[in-house]
Amino acid sequence: MTPAVAPSPAGASPAAPPALRARGGAHLRPLWLLVGVGVLLGLVAASVGVGSREVGAREVLAALGAVLGGSVDGFDQASVAVRLPRTALAVLAGAALGVAGAVMQGVTRNPLADPSILGVNTGAALAVVVGIAFFGLTSAASYAWVAIAGAAVAAGFVYTVGSLGRGGATPLKLALAGAATAAALTSLTTAVVLPRNDIALGVRSWLVGGVGGATWGSVQQVLPFLAAGALVCLATARTLNSLALGDDLAAGLGERVALARGVASAGAVVLCGATTAVTGPIAFVGLVVPHACRLLVGVDHRWLVPFSAVAGAALLTGADVVGRVVARPAEIDVGIVTALVGAPLFIALVRRQRIREL
Amino acid sequence: MSALETRPARAGTAVVTAEDVARGRRRRSQRRRAVVAVMAVLVVVLLATSLVVGQTTYPPGEVLRVLLGEEVPGASFTVGTLRLPRAVLAVLTGVAFGLGGVTFQTMLRNPLASPDVIGITSAASAAATFGIVTLSLGASQVSTFAIAGGLSVALLIYALSAGRSSATTRLVLVGIGVAAMLDSVTTYLLSEAAVWDQQAASRWLTGSLNGATWEQVRPLLVALALLGPLLLLLSRDLAATQLGDDTASALGVRVGRTRLLLLVAAVGLVAFATAAAGPIAFVAFLSGPIAARVVGPGGSPLVPAALVGALLVLVADLAGQHALGTRLPVGVVTGVLGAPYLVYLVVRTHRTGGSL
Repeated sequence: MTPAVAPSPAGASPAAPPALRARGGAHLRPLWLLVGVGVLLGLVAASVGVGSREVGAREVLAALGAVLGGSVDGFDQASVAVRLPRTALAVLAGAALGVAGAVMQGVTRNPLADPSILGVNTGAALAVVVGIAFFGLTSAASYAWVAIAGAAVAAGFVYTVGSLGRGGATPLKLALAGAATAAALTSLTTAVVLPRNDIALGVRSWLVGGVGGATWGSVQQVLPFLAAGALVCLATARTLNSLALGDDLAAGLGERVALARGVASAGAVVLCGATTAVTGPIAFVGLVVPHACRLLVGVDHRWLVPFSAVAGAALLTGADVVGRVVARPAEIDVGIVTALVGAPLFIALVRRQRIREL
Repeated sequence: MSALETRPARAGTAVVTAEDVARGRRRRSQRRRAVVAVMAVLVVVLLATSLVVGQTTYPPGEVLRVLLGEEVPGASFTVGTLRLPRAVLAVLTGVAFGLGGVTFQTMLRNPLASPDVIGITSAASAAATFGIVTLSLGASQVSTFAIAGGLSVALLIYALSAGRSSATTRLVLVGIGVAAMLDSVTTYLLSEAAVWDQQAASRWLTGSLNGATWEQVRPLLVALALLGPLLLLLSRDLAATQLGDDTASALGVRVGRTRLLLLVAAVGLVAFATAAAGPIAFVAFLSGPIAARVVGPGGSPLVPAALVGALLVLVADLAGQHALGTRLPVGVVTGVLGAPYLVYLVVRTHRTGGSL
């Protein structure tokens, strides 16, 4: 987030430049991680316990037992049984988006890089809608494949447009290229959906972005993608630290810059493509979470990436709970809650004077 | 220093006199005038075509008689009541989007910074959706809502981006953030709406000239009559703001005031056009760059962009009605043009090594 990496001497270890270690409060990091996990667990409990139907703590426990036993009895237990996969999906999707955002910001060294700003979500959405409309796709796993392909194409395209001309990919150009691409892709999506009344309703509710319709089946189908993406991202965390020093220094430290960029972006694209396939496009989690995390644990990606996972999961689970509580008995989809919370943060971010490179 | 030394040598091979410069300028402005005239003729031809062609094709003589106010059985209703307002609305929305878009792109010095990208259109759309879905308003009230929404959000973006330096950069970024938020509001309102309202709202959100009436045309016409000349008056200042804030104020332009005036005029045009026909995607985005390409450099981009906008909407509406198997609203046709244009922008900028 800050260009403070400059003073670190070239001879220092790429993993932890001394200037950064002091800033992050290194000794506090395990504590923050524990706090994050604690908050997440609390929110998970809330997500299982809270909803349009009020269920007491004892019934929740009874229902958990019943679900594990395989037989669900009565309305209370049934509603808890519905909330479980939903909560699991919120945790997974939030973690995936948080990690994807942290990695994208690291790869592009751009504070505004985010799956939604870069048009990755809309790319995935268009690919899925085309798959549904013309190829009759129905399963979550097939959605995930086309969504990942769409996300990759959109990300590559936006980054190419954004880095044209003098000065490379500045935050302004990247954001504009992303917004314009997203607008174009959204029109294409509309053009595909509009003549097809048979799929319009389903697609429209999917496009809102939410975890409401989650089932264990859909969670299971995307889990392999998410696991693979997360592993790749965690493995590249150390490389991202080198990349943060600039391409020349990173190359001097022995990194193969282009390869490292490619692998890390592939991991991030798989994460957000697969997430979008199940939940629909969810905006701003990938933008806000890494920034908040950097304030707490500093810019070392080996901490930042896991912490973004925890914080992203907490944010999305929390947003889902809020969406269920505010408009009772109706629900506000989590994609809307995150946009309403995230956009003001985005604006606050760009209003600050120093929007330069990471 | 070396430049000074080489000067005599270069002067010997090619002397550029004031006369040459004047001749070049004359040639450019002649070309410009010719292109503008051709585009104006094209607009009239397409306008006439869209009056003549349709489910039933009327001979031009009958259409002319309808236009002159005669009562022609059949043609009077089809041409006078159905096709004429639609065609006029197509021209007016095109002109308004073209003017608004090119003003933004010139002022913010970026071909990507058009009102549909930086939040103005999203604001009008969110307000209109709120009007249609939540308050179940009629068409004219929805228009008022859309205009009020577009203007107030534009002022909000302007206020949020005001600051010490690089105001345009922040204006664009804040606009994108606001757009994202408002789009999600629109999506939410739509997802909560009754099925009937949902259809009405999404038809509006696509941008369509279907069922155009004179009631839709009139407010837009008034807005164009007021704001169009204002923009043309400001076109010299607009050209100066393109040079950057410092240079512009050195040239005697009161940058802050000019920017606010330009903003209000451009937003007003876009908001009124959106209110009349919905956010016809990418007309504002495409008109300016196409006009610049066709007309060539120099001179104000406003009039050519307005004509290109009108041409875009007319052609897209004709294509959407007749060229394709199903009848598509005009916004879908123009929206599909956006993606290839971005690709073209990449290819061209890559080849010329220019900058966005």
